[in-house]
Amino acid sequence: MERIIYREIPANRGVWQLAILLGAFIAAAAGAVLFIEHHGHIVTGMNNQIVWGLPHVFAIFLIVAASGALNVASIASVFGKTPYKPLARLSALLALALLAGGLAVLVLDLGRPDRLIVAMTKYNFRSIFAWNIYLYTGFFAVVGVYLAVQMTRNVSASLVHAAGTLAFIWRLALTTGTGSIFGWLVARSAYDAAIMAPLFIVMSFALGLAVFVLVVTGVCRLTGRPFGPKLLTRLGSLLGVFVAALLYFTAVQHLSNLYVAEHAGIERFILRDGGIFTNLFWVGQILIGGIIPMIMVFHPTGRFKPASTIIASVLVIIGGLAQLYVIVIGGQAFPLEIFPGYESSSSFFDGVINVYKPSYLEFALGIGGVALSLMITGLGLKTLRILPRSLSDANVNL
Amino acid sequence: MNLPSISMAKKPSEMSRRDFLRSGAAASTIVIASGVTLMAYGGDASAKGADANKRWGLLIDVNKCASNCTACVSACSKENGWEDTGHPETDAQWIRKVDLKEKSTGHELSLPVMCQHCESAPCIDVCPTGASFKRADGIVLVDKHTCIGCRYCMMACPYKARSFIHEKLENQKKHAPRGKGTVESCTLCVHRIDAGGTPACVEACNKTGHGAMIFGDLNDPASEISIALTKYPSVALRDDLGLNPGVRYQNL
Repeated sequence: MERIIYREIPANRGVWQLAILLGAFIAAAAGAVLFIEHHGHIVTGMNNQIVWGLPHVFAIFLIVAASGALNVASIASVFGKTPYKPLARLSALLALALLAGGLAVLVLDLGRPDRLIVAMTKYNFRSIFAWNIYLYTGFFAVVGVYLAVQMTRNVSASLVHAAGTLAFIWRLALTTGTGSIFGWLVARSAYDAAIMAPLFIVMSFALGLAVFVLVVTGVCRLTGRPFGPKLLTRLGSLLGVFVAALLYFTAVQHLSNLYVAEHAGIERFILRDGGIFTNLFWVGQILIGGIIPMIMVFHPTGRFKPASTIIASVLVIIGGLAQLYVIVIGGQAFPLEIFPGYESSSSFFDGVINVYKPSYLEFALGIGGVALSLMITGLGLKTLRILPRSLSDANVNL
Repeated sequence: MNLPSISMAKKPSEMSRRDFLRSGAAASTIVIASGVTLMAYGGDASAKGADANKRWGLLIDVNKCASNCTACVSACSKENGWEDTGHPETDAQWIRKVDLKEKSTGHELSLPVMCQHCESAPCIDVCPTGASFKRADGIVLVDKHTCIGCRYCMMACPYKARSFIHEKLENQKKHAPRGKGTVESCTLCVHRIDAGGTPACVEACNKTGHGAMIFGDLNDPASEISIALTKYPSVALRDDLGLNPGVRYQNL
């Protein structure tokens, strides 16, 4: 067993190729943003019915995954699990990078992104959106300090513990804020539920860990650094627990709504009659993103295979995107209940299921946010001593 | 390539330095006198400002509203400059006629829906920059200078009263400035009200002879609207949300 030695990753051929690929996606996103800004949102699939589209799905995915990616560091610093300590720096870096990517997508999809300075200087403190601006910027500061104390020599363990605890509490607050964006929307039957905040927190646990697993194993593979199979399958078991919790919260969300007669319409829509949304819910979120990954990481035949954890992580990410699509788009597709007891129709699409066809521009913007997050992570790994030279099981005391 | 000189590029309609300073004076008026809102229609210094003793509202008698009549919609469109551009999904609609059919009885009716000018407006609560705001006299507006186009107000409005401007606009009305990338909705014809008039939709409804809309001060017990509200039952849309809208409906 050697000591844990953190080193910058080398710029080998694979790293360069990946950087160029990510750069191309970022450039495509920049082009899409300029095109949308020039022509207006008319060139996207969004409209006055579906006002938040695919960019919001990606942005919320990245923001939720950001706070979840910090879990590994929290488990090490706050809950004292030593095998995770060598992963803590990357966990914090990835959290910062994912948040930056998510916010970039969110901001660039504004009708007036040029007025970002207005959003930073004028606050309405009754708005959870305005609170989130503080939660996001605070997250950068708190996790930045946490990363810095981890990387500074001769810093006492108690200081790292304190910084880690603050970051952990902050991330819970941040995801509460993200969930409350929907939870506090009284107008729409798909939202307006206190469970949205804890649901988003559990979602962040699963999505953040899945992204972390793929990034850390990908970087180790790309740079030839060992990653212990035991450590990986241990992360896989944790992922399974998070996915189980996410399924539980999803079940409570829908069962509670089914009990309330006024919410029967939206539940019938999502669970039975919603076409693409129903398919995404049952096949995407529940089967691909929930049941299959749980079987992969818990069933005795796959439990100790590293590939199970990696494939399960991919499936959890697919399921997470499906879940967010159902929440964000599905919730808007269902018409507002302005006149209970009546069938309504108008020139403004009252009473009809709203249609949304995302454009390639929105897809490019969303994927660009993912690429930006990965690029920032890569630059951090290249320039800072984030990742240990070896994450073999022996090295992390497993 | 010959580039036009600055003097050539300048149009007669552009602001002179004096105009700019004048508009600055108007802006400072906003700060000095709280409750005075000039931004809503371009900082016209001649506005007297909102009267906190009033609360403007509408009463719509659904029995008098003819299902095939869209006079209120046409009048609003003409007055405020929003129109059908052939993109129904993205076109703005400040007011619309909604046709209703009661599920259990089949009874049909028709009524106009616009911004309900809520006392506790969800759009104002959720707006991160405070661009959605309520004047002292209860009129809910969007400050076009601070709207960042996040569309959270559109998610929050229970009445689908707001529209996002999806494309470039031309030939806007001076009293109803609109901008690509921002959100807008019924202003209750605030420019008319401040000049002592009534909203265009109400005027048009009266002209047709239907007389389905009454506009007035809800705080004044002697106003026509208050008397009608006291005399006959009325409802607010989504009354369960407790938003206390300024628009109420009779015979719904």
